[in-house]
Amino acid sequence: MNKKQKKVLIRIIVSAVLIIALQFIPVTGYLQLLLYLVPYLVIGYDILRKALKGILNRQVFDENFLMAIATVGAMALGEYREGVAVMLFYQIGELFQSYAVGKSRRNISDLMDIRPDYANIERDGKLEQVDPDEVAIGTLIVVSPGEKVPIDGIVREGSSSLNTSALTGESVPRSVRPGDEVISGCINEKGVLKIETTREFGESTVSKILELVENASSRKSRSEAFISKFARVYTPAVCYSALALAVLPPLISLLLGQDANVSTWVYRALTFLVISCPCALVISIPLTFFAGIGGASKEGILVKGSVFLETLSQVKTVVFDKTGTMTKGTFEVVGIHHSPVPEKELLFYAAHAEAHSSHPISKSLLRAFEGDGGVPDLGNVSQVEEISGEGVTAMVSGKKVAVGNKRLMARLGLASMDCHEIGTVVHVAVDGEYYGHILIADEIKEGAKDAITGLHKAGIRKCVMLTGDREETAQSVAQVLGISDVYAQLLPGDKVDKVEELLSQKGKKEMLAFVGDGINDAPVLSRADIGIAMGAMGSDAAIEAADIVLMDDDPRKISKAILIAQKCIRIVYENIYFAIGVKLICLLLGAIGIANMWVAIFADVGVMVIAVINAIRALMVKNL
Amino acid sequence: MKKTYKIDVDCANCANKMEQATKETAGVKDATVNFMTLKMSVEFEDGADVDATMKQVLKNCKKVEDDCEIFL
Repeated sequence: MNKKQKKVLIRIIVSAVLIIALQFIPVTGYLQLLLYLVPYLVIGYDILRKALKGILNRQVFDENFLMAIATVGAMALGEYREGVAVMLFYQIGELFQSYAVGKSRRNISDLMDIRPDYANIERDGKLEQVDPDEVAIGTLIVVSPGEKVPIDGIVREGSSSLNTSALTGESVPRSVRPGDEVISGCINEKGVLKIETTREFGESTVSKILELVENASSRKSRSEAFISKFARVYTPAVCYSALALAVLPPLISLLLGQDANVSTWVYRALTFLVISCPCALVISIPLTFFAGIGGASKEGILVKGSVFLETLSQVKTVVFDKTGTMTKGTFEVVGIHHSPVPEKELLFYAAHAEAHSSHPISKSLLRAFEGDGGVPDLGNVSQVEEISGEGVTAMVSGKKVAVGNKRLMARLGLASMDCHEIGTVVHVAVDGEYYGHILIADEIKEGAKDAITGLHKAGIRKCVMLTGDREETAQSVAQVLGISDVYAQLLPGDKVDKVEELLSQKGKKEMLAFVGDGINDAPVLSRADIGIAMGAMGSDAAIEAADIVLMDDDPRKISKAILIAQKCIRIVYENIYFAIGVKLICLLLGAIGIANMWVAIFADVGVMVIAVINAIRALMVKNL
Repeated sequence: MKKTYKIDVDCANCANKMEQATKETAGVKDATVNFMTLKMSVEFEDGADVDATMKQVLKNCKKVEDDCEIFL
């Protein structure tokens, strides 16, 4: 508890003790009022002061003002105990709320406590701590065991295991060796690592994530917008009906020649004012979203705002990109067919022509070439031209090499041979002559099948797989995973069209999510109702284009994210219905005189406490 | 142009009132107040004087909720 909260707690205790003591003091009349005024002022002086200020600023429907009117009114009616109690419980409620909110704020910021404070640089044989912002690209930094990796880079010396749980929710440490890429935010567990930085701090993964988390929920969900609108209407409406309740029935009674019973009706009107406070609603909805987003980030699922959690809960169609999402995206050369030259020579041409590309397929060619004992010499390569969705042409050692798919061969007027095995086929042509093809296969991710089952369990009606790959490859992957809708051989642009088509087919309230690994699919990510980027550590474009970022590349996280969203939205609706329901019932009971001030206090404070506790449930997502 | 400010306010409804008051200030195109993160992001009209506008925003917020602060 902070100082402010402690002070309120002391005031609550003092006035509670006083009010109980006053039960046993047999005084009546003005002396009694005077005695009750002591705990009343102890507990409510700040509310009264704020109410006065509110009046001066013409804020009639201010909570403080309402509480002041309700309690002063109760005192005036001779209901001293109720008057003090309303104030007391109002303060208890406020204290509880501020404590709960403060606590979840801290919990969630602890969760995201991945900001590195310094980087170690070796200068003249001594380690020096510097601000990570000042470290230039290419600097060698030293990370000791127990420290966070401050900046993205490549390990140059030392080996260790890295704890990535703060980033990915994954508790199994990742081992790294010289040559491995490491991302900032991981904690070094064992050995000393020397890392050559590849980015500036501001561009590093950890900064990107923090930026994302801190700017989350600048876009509010529809439920939040509804509640703030509702609060703006609800409070005045209840206040006006309180006024009507205090004035009209007595007036009608008078006209009918009966006893006006003014004090009864004024008492009922005052209970209205106590119920009129919209706190329970207004706090519990954003708190639920906040807890939901926090719980998700603990699992390595970053949500960019409450509106996306809401949309995600309504997802009925999930569209995947195959590569990198359902398959590992780490391709291996598994065969070289129909080559008129030695296999190594063919690999030499293909690897060099593709050497400038970072596409997984190009990398696998290079790996295979190096694995075969080849040493790539990029000086040999010139005039590289990439043809989107088809492949690459380049001059390699003075020969015109074309590497790509069937379409590229067709463009060059060459007949290509089909492959009977499953995988990605890369055709190679040298100096206008077909030199055969290289078969590259990709492995299906562990857990990919569970991911699809999980999605169906989460209520997803349709899973669609899109891929630029060949029909056969796509079909075989789809069969293993149990996906019925597959669209293969799509160019990057086709994927957008396909998603547009799927978007037009679905119902208005059914949302479509697109899941990609962030390579080449930024346009699709932003076109879908909700874009989920996967294994996004280090891919800026994906982090920017997506609405939800999965920190590791486990496809099971997709259904987990949907379940978290569904739970969060369920709690939001529970709170909305519960709070509005109880308040309306209490208003009704208050109007006909069944509910007294104590019930009104429950409708105000009790409901708020229950709603806040319910909201915090959204944080518990471990076992979803 | 969009800018984010740290704020301090005690209750969620007060945060909503601040948001409303900010939106109604001249020179502000749109604004959101996030009670949970205690942050306010303000989008200014083109050509608006940011400092002067924010001073007015703070004044207007104080009017609807005395107990609030915007850290400019």
